[in-house]
Amino acid sequence: MKFAILVNEGAYQHQASDSAYQFVKAALEKGHEIFRVFFYHDGVYNASRLSVPPQDDRNINKRWSELAQQHQVDLVVCIAAAQRRGILDAAEAKRQGKDADNLAEGFRISGLGQLIEASIEAERLIVFGD
Amino acid sequence: MNTLHTVNKSPFERNSLSSCLRLAAAESSILLFEDGIYAALQGTEFSETIQTALATHSIYVLVPDLQARGMSLEQVIAGVQAVDYAGFVDLTTTHYPIQAWL
Repeated sequence: MKFAILVNEGAYQHQASDSAYQFVKAALEKGHEIFRVFFYHDGVYNASRLSVPPQDDRNINKRWSELAQQHQVDLVVCIAAAQRRGILDAAEAKRQGKDADNLAEGFRISGLGQLIEASIEAERLIVFGD
Repeated sequence: MNTLHTVNKSPFERNSLSSCLRLAAAESSILLFEDGIYAALQGTEFSETIQTALATHSIYVLVPDLQARGMSLEQVIAGVQAVDYAGFVDLTTTHYPIQAWL
């Protein structure tokens, strides 16, 4: 079955990022397809590559990047939510005249249309948030 | 296909489970996960509400979230069914739509 996942909560805020990740992992292990994971609202904080959790803690942000690499999962960050919260890729940083970017590997920044498309294309939309 | 309602907050913190139970159609299912697992426990102010709801709904609890909070299946209300993440995925394939009560 084809799944779309929506994450509305930041990494380390409560448990939504963890739940979403565990759900995605279990779905992939069962042979399901993850069409897209869309990060909205504070969920965009999942996409910062500058997050440095203690070494004995799980690295939520890196875990998503590794998942994208291993399973070719499409990780999409809402552009308006991201810009408000200081999540930028290299092109956006340049366009906005900023001196740095921080989008983690495996993520891409795009618009809300990507969430609508995912909800149409996928057979199930599973929402994780606060 | 019946709806699966997902509830992730304790009924002692938010009213999302109460709202869910008030509006959920008979025969729809409810998954308690994250802090929502506290609703599945015996001997709380909310236990009777869950016991009543079991007459019209299948209710599931996510065991990893139960255990992460120091709780065990022995403390769960009889009739509430245990699932792991694989079981969570299965519930989403056998129900439609999936309604998150955030």
